[in-house]
Amino acid sequence: MTTTIAAPTVSGAPHSDNVVVKLRWALSDTLTITKRNLLAITRIPEQLFFSTVQPIMFVLLFRYVFGGAIHTSEGSYVNYLMPGIFVQTVVFGSVSTSIGLAEDLQKGLIERFRALPMARSAVLAGRTTTDLIRNVFVVIIMTIVGFLVGFRPTTGVIPYIAGILLILAFAYALSWGFAVIGLSAANSETAQVVSFPLVFPLTFISSAFVPVDQMPGWLQGFATYQPVSVTITACRALMLGGSTASWVIQSVAWTIGFLVVLVPLAVWRYRTRT
Amino acid sequence: MQYTIEADGLKKTFAGKHEVRALDGVSFAVAEGTVFGLLGPNGSGKTTAVRILTTILRPDSGTARVLGYDVAKKAPLVRSLIGLAGQYAAVDENLTGRENLQMVGNLNHLPRSMVVARATELLEQFNLTDAGDRPLKTYSGGMRRRLDLAAALVARPTVLFLDEPTTGLDPQSRNDLWEVIESLVGGGTTVLLTTQYLEEADRLASNLAVLDHGHVIAEGTPTELKSELGATVLEVGLDTLDHARRTAELLAAVGSHAPVTNGTVVEVTVDDGPTAAMAGLRALDQEGITPTSFTLREPSLDDVFLALTGRRTEGGDDDTEDPDPGGRRRSRRRAATAAMPVATGELS
Repeated sequence: MTTTIAAPTVSGAPHSDNVVVKLRWALSDTLTITKRNLLAITRIPEQLFFSTVQPIMFVLLFRYVFGGAIHTSEGSYVNYLMPGIFVQTVVFGSVSTSIGLAEDLQKGLIERFRALPMARSAVLAGRTTTDLIRNVFVVIIMTIVGFLVGFRPTTGVIPYIAGILLILAFAYALSWGFAVIGLSAANSETAQVVSFPLVFPLTFISSAFVPVDQMPGWLQGFATYQPVSVTITACRALMLGGSTASWVIQSVAWTIGFLVVLVPLAVWRYRTRT
Repeated sequence: MQYTIEADGLKKTFAGKHEVRALDGVSFAVAEGTVFGLLGPNGSGKTTAVRILTTILRPDSGTARVLGYDVAKKAPLVRSLIGLAGQYAAVDENLTGRENLQMVGNLNHLPRSMVVARATELLEQFNLTDAGDRPLKTYSGGMRRRLDLAAALVARPTVLFLDEPTTGLDPQSRNDLWEVIESLVGGGTTVLLTTQYLEEADRLASNLAVLDHGHVIAEGTPTELKSELGATVLEVGLDTLDHARRTAELLAAVGSHAPVTNGTVVEVTVDDGPTAAMAGLRALDQEGITPTSFTLREPSLDDVFLALTGRRTEGGDDDTEDPDPGGRRRSRRRAATAAMPVATGELS
């Protein structure tokens, strides 16, 4: 009963315990999954359309409807608004990580992936990479929209790109948290319902649309120092000038902190999810 | 004797609101190049057994081996040797058939040229060439199952796990899929198949194990199982409960097991259908009982269960979710089994 039979030579899938080979395969698996996710996005263009229409509506709403009633200390309101909109957009975008993973679980795809000789990390890395790429695309669109409605960054191209990179990294780290939610949810609807109550206070009780000093005192502490606000303030300073170092360091610290905690948590959830 | 698939004392309990003992000491062995059928209703533990054997799930205790390798200790190696097609047709809706197969080829780390060639080859083999470059949204249920099976074969595994491959398919698609599986076995592939259909197990499997609440309750060839059961089921509908009771007494003489009464319907498994039917009708006629229906049919999984456990299969949820509150069902079964003179180990 316990005799070991040599692996059949006809079986096509190679196997290796070599670390370098495994690392190369982990990368190629992540690429395969990323490519598959991106293909799926191009096959449902309406989803991408709506995920860009929503932030554009926010821009128009705050620029032309609410903006007049909000007083910012210096500069135009549209300059104040756009960094906030950028961060709000990428944070909302990171929610799609939870929805995508919950969908894959629901459809049994992850079950198939787990029986394949692919890297365990590739499904998560591929999904978060996909959402990063999508956020890049959306941020480019939002930059164009911003310029059309009068956004004029004052610090030049390099700090502007630095600001964009800062928020993309922040959203990428956050998407690992939404991966944990997606892997814990019963289905994609639940994943969505659980995710939005988390991002709403973070994006709206922040300096995204309204200066924090116009909020009630008890809210100001949270609204100033919560991670999304910190990132908005850092991005604003990079794009419009002002003291940057402290806010950028805080934002990067949050990003690294999220990654250190959330990546192992998501991988653990992926392994143990039955 | 070398076995290609071995399960030895597998136990798995799912924690949760209701603790579910999905597998409670399951053992079986599958010889190289044969089809082994795991037969059982929903919630019997079939899927859990497959998930353990395909490295997706770890057993609480017991060992599982594929091609001699312990699936818990050599999981990555085992994954490169097996193929799995599940009951939910795990393919990506948004991709085309070809893209799905190429994705699986890439994830199996096949060389690029082989990934492309294999996808084309499998689309052809599974009659999907015309649909190969269409998104899966346009596929029928049968086409999805075929693609799912094709995806399991990309790396040419010599061991194949099929978890209810035809559940929910129409008879034509089911037949098509059976033919594909038969041709695979003809090529030397070892297959572990789970099914709820006795007919499917009978057609494809050379050996069977019947699972019930995580226990193997019978084992043997389909022929052994059916001869144990009686080849045919005689089902008689009556107008009153009194008549049903009397009919059950009369049919006891012709059945291979004691008749089972369910309301005004009496069922009995018989060895020789026509002879038993004649004898049954004569007996009823003498008593002046006229049945409202009188049917001879092939035994179903339900009948196997009835014969083995004295109760019907219970429609339930998926294996992993079936809430079996404590030992309620089990104790009911024990009582029923005691009343029925059918021992569960007789077939092995």
